[in-house]
Amino acid sequence: MTKILEESPILLQQPLDAHTHLLRLGARQIAREVQPGQFVHIKQISSGNSLLRHPFGVAATDLKNGTVDIIYREIGAFTRTLTTLSSNDTLSVLGPLGHGFDVTCHRALLVGGGTGLAPLLFLASLLGPQKADVLMGGRTKSELFWQNLYRPFVAKIFVTTDDGSCGTRGTVMAALPSLLTQGYDRVYTCGPSPMMQAVAGACAAQKIPCQVSLERYMACGLGACLSCTCKGREKRLKVCTDGPVFWAQEVEW
Amino acid sequence: MVNLLNVNLAGIPLKTPVIAASGTFGFGREFAELVPLEELGAVCIKGLSLRPWEGNRGQRVTQTPSGVLNAIGLENPGCDYFLEHILPQLRTYKVPVIANIYGHSVQEYGEVARALDTDGICAVEINISCPNVKQGGLALGTDPAVITEVVRAVKKNTHKPVITKLSPNVTDIVCLAKAAEKAGSDALSLINTLLGMKIDIRTHKPVLGNIVGGLSGPAVRPVAVRMVYQVAQHVAVPIIGMGGITCAEDALEFMMAGAKAVAVGTANLYQPDTVHTLTQDLQTYCEEKHLSNLQDIVGVALPQGKKSMLYSQGVKG
Repeated sequence: MTKILEESPILLQQPLDAHTHLLRLGARQIAREVQPGQFVHIKQISSGNSLLRHPFGVAATDLKNGTVDIIYREIGAFTRTLTTLSSNDTLSVLGPLGHGFDVTCHRALLVGGGTGLAPLLFLASLLGPQKADVLMGGRTKSELFWQNLYRPFVAKIFVTTDDGSCGTRGTVMAALPSLLTQGYDRVYTCGPSPMMQAVAGACAAQKIPCQVSLERYMACGLGACLSCTCKGREKRLKVCTDGPVFWAQEVEW
Repeated sequence: MVNLLNVNLAGIPLKTPVIAASGTFGFGREFAELVPLEELGAVCIKGLSLRPWEGNRGQRVTQTPSGVLNAIGLENPGCDYFLEHILPQLRTYKVPVIANIYGHSVQEYGEVARALDTDGICAVEINISCPNVKQGGLALGTDPAVITEVVRAVKKNTHKPVITKLSPNVTDIVCLAKAAEKAGSDALSLINTLLGMKIDIRTHKPVLGNIVGGLSGPAVRPVAVRMVYQVAQHVAVPIIGMGGITCAEDALEFMMAGAKAVAVGTANLYQPDTVHTLTQDLQTYCEEKHLSNLQDIVGVALPQGKKSMLYSQGVKG
């Protein structure tokens, strides 16, 4: 697996809702190598007094134009800075890092919430409508712009919202158990940890193999610093290099 | 490149004075795709203890202005796993390997040193100053009497040159440096991280799971340069200077303060090709300044009377 350090021009900065943005980077070599579930590790070239990179799961690639898309939400200083960058700016991008999803499935249900839907979007684009449906959870209707992004790649879109303003009222768990009886041979999930733990539990009960994509505070992204390790069922797991995608049964929640 | 940058550090011939610092470069293999490892002076590997160690719970790393605060807690796979599964691969990289060692007692330091007294390891660096472990670590690293004991225990159990990595979390760094030298340490690494902490004002709680952590990065560089400068005036053994080095200019500061070699740490975590660009820039510096070897600038910032010590070491020999 080749890791590449690229200086990537920003080609597009597109708001998706009030707090979520799509960022398109010119990163031809990384675009060629990256698999769904892998991430890129990003920093500004001149980042002033904030040093560390920030990991983002890749949401899409375009091999012809050599681009990598990430979708991010403004949640801290770094993502706030990202929103101020435009097509004149360049980022330092390290990737592709980590291990992606195992795609040996026939019919998969992708279960995501928030920006966890970003790496699953890349996976959906690879699997296509023959193999993939998606169940997406959000707080309210306005967060579910994701439906438009997924429409070309999946057969069915199931939606839950906490306030019931769109789809089934409740979390993804309000809809998941009945969906799991409909012939899926694989579930992929990415989102808040309590959601993934619940999804993994439901899949275990139905004996459906499930992959989860974990997120941890991370420094190097290369498996060197051990900032992101966590306890696994059988051994210590490095989220950056053993993951971020794991089989659900490898993880000690 | 050989002639301008090479250096003999406590009997270890190094191609360059640029070392990858322990804990920031894994076991070298993690960087092999991004950095030509054979170009490095040496790789100092992640601290090893006798048995596997899980490290600290909770969040382990956070950013501070121009710095990184970490509390990994010396997670490592233990000596046996390292010798069987990691060292064979490391030996294929053709770069000198310094083993950073850690014990939970004076005796364990000796046992780890003995376990790693093997081909493929060129020197041992005693991690006597990690602020992130409750037994040993900082508690051991701030007492000159204990430093003496640990250095002796390690020397007794290894044929390799022994480097002692000192804690900056003390009032008088010179006193510790002298103790390590007197106990037989062949070189000194200055400095380890500075004890610090950060509080999340939204949750009212410390950010790190371990509450406190070690501060590193450019934020600590002036402290490190000062300590190298002070110690270089009082010891004859060579010093490896480290603390926030990000580029050739930073490395030159440490060397002018009296460091014979330098180590790059935190910068590896965010700019993994730092050691490569820094080495190239040091080469260019030597050419531009018409130096016969980069060692010519070691200690040039020291007070006049103190430079003789460096000559007596053969630094400028």
